[in-house]
Amino acid sequence: MGEFCIACDRVTLSYENQVVVRDLSFTVSEGDYLCIIGENGTGKTTLMRGLLGLKKPSSGSIVLGPGIRRSQIGYVPQETPVQRDFPASVWEVVLSGCIGERGMRPGFGRKEKKLAQEKLEILGIADLKKKSFRELSGGQRQRVLLARSLCAAKKLILLDEPTVGLDPLATEEFYHLLLDLNRDLGITVVMVSHAIQEALGHSDHILYLSRTGSFFGTTQEYLSSSEAGRFLKRCRGGREKT
Amino acid sequence: MISYLSEMLSYPFMARALIVGTLVSLCAALLGTSLVLKRYSMIGDGLSHVGFGALAVASALHLAPMAVTIPVVVLAAFVLLRLSESGRLRGDAATAVFSTGALAIGVMAASLGTGMNADLNSYLFGSVLAASREDVAVSAVLSAVVLALYLFFYEKLFAVTFDETFARATGMKTGLFHTLLAVLTAIVVVLGMRMMGALLISSLIIFPALTSMRLFKSYRGVIGGAVVFSLAGFFTGMGISFRYGTPAGAGIVVVDLALFCIGCGIAWVRER
Repeated sequence: MGEFCIACDRVTLSYENQVVVRDLSFTVSEGDYLCIIGENGTGKTTLMRGLLGLKKPSSGSIVLGPGIRRSQIGYVPQETPVQRDFPASVWEVVLSGCIGERGMRPGFGRKEKKLAQEKLEILGIADLKKKSFRELSGGQRQRVLLARSLCAAKKLILLDEPTVGLDPLATEEFYHLLLDLNRDLGITVVMVSHAIQEALGHSDHILYLSRTGSFFGTTQEYLSSSEAGRFLKRCRGGREKT
Repeated sequence: MISYLSEMLSYPFMARALIVGTLVSLCAALLGTSLVLKRYSMIGDGLSHVGFGALAVASALHLAPMAVTIPVVVLAAFVLLRLSESGRLRGDAATAVFSTGALAIGVMAASLGTGMNADLNSYLFGSVLAASREDVAVSAVLSAVVLALYLFFYEKLFAVTFDETFARATGMKTGLFHTLLAVLTAIVVVLGMRMMGALLISSLIIFPALTSMRLFKSYRGVIGGAVVFSLAGFFTGMGISFRYGTPAGAGIVVVDLALFCIGCGIAWVRER
């Protein structure tokens, strides 16, 4: 186990007077693959915004590990309608991941271009470089956004429900890709996930949020816990109904 | 063709209009791409009405038109953006309130001041005669500023337009770039308004970007295309207006509309 990447200590996040996340403590260590799961409205996305530094906790603290700056967190967002028909080439999108490192200087230098090319190759989408972002399939688009996040990230990437709208095969592929990045490059992955089976199948840690409390531990521990039993049963029940 | 062009240029007011129009078209095309993609198209329209109101009040009070209009419109741009971000008044509602309110104030000021005359007509629909020598100088300086800022912040504006949350997460001050976008738009609206007319200026911002988005796949391609369509629309429209004595703004918008339809047609054929 390496050093810690993110340490949340008794974090409470709220909008106006409504508390969304209460008194949450957990630590992400270097090299972890953490999935944040839970029902809708339990504050998963809010917590993500907190981790990204876009939302200040109303109490408690979120501390980044030594040597990680805010601008060095890679982030893969939920897909927005604006992006779906945005006229930009894959290359332009991936390169824009280097924006944080450039500061106020205009343009991109040789260093950034090399970095972006490298990430395209790691994710196996170098052949899409000149394609338009809006012509890609959902799975390809998520790979491009992942490549962009890797341009910013040194060690840590955060993902917010990246596989919404993907078919099961593409979802499975995407989770596997993350596992490869996690194992081969030692990148710490923190992901809000709604694809429970894939999350449990690939992650090594689980943070489960619910209205009555939360669970944090390894995936093995979670699977044998009583919270997991109830939640998974409900998930399965829901699936059978639909 | 050449002789026609040289005839046009032999009138000093036409030469001035062509200079101002070229600069404004260029800036409008650049900013328009960002505005359309950010779903801010209506802000240009709202600002032009505010511009009309300010212009009418300024001329009723015998003040220098540009010196009054530019700060007022820039201020309006600030407020509009804040309102649509804070969510207290929804963005589209805020724009509607601003544009109709300012239009009404403008009409009141114009009719109290000089009576409803040709002046009002030229504010609303534009006039090539509006470009004075000072206007050319002001337009040239401000257009240069807009162009320089736009090119300097090109990558940042792209990042903010494409994915604001990502940009903020990597530490960019996205609010700053929204403000920049709003201020630059305000300047372009005021510069273009006198020639295009308050009712038509926003089409100069929106049409070229929309047409270009149908045809090009990369961001850089879309911007380049928008500049070309904008200039083509401007020169053809001016030619038509000179030949038939129609208002310049309307001529330009009609050409822009035609280009847009052709663009849609090409995109449709390509998809088949």
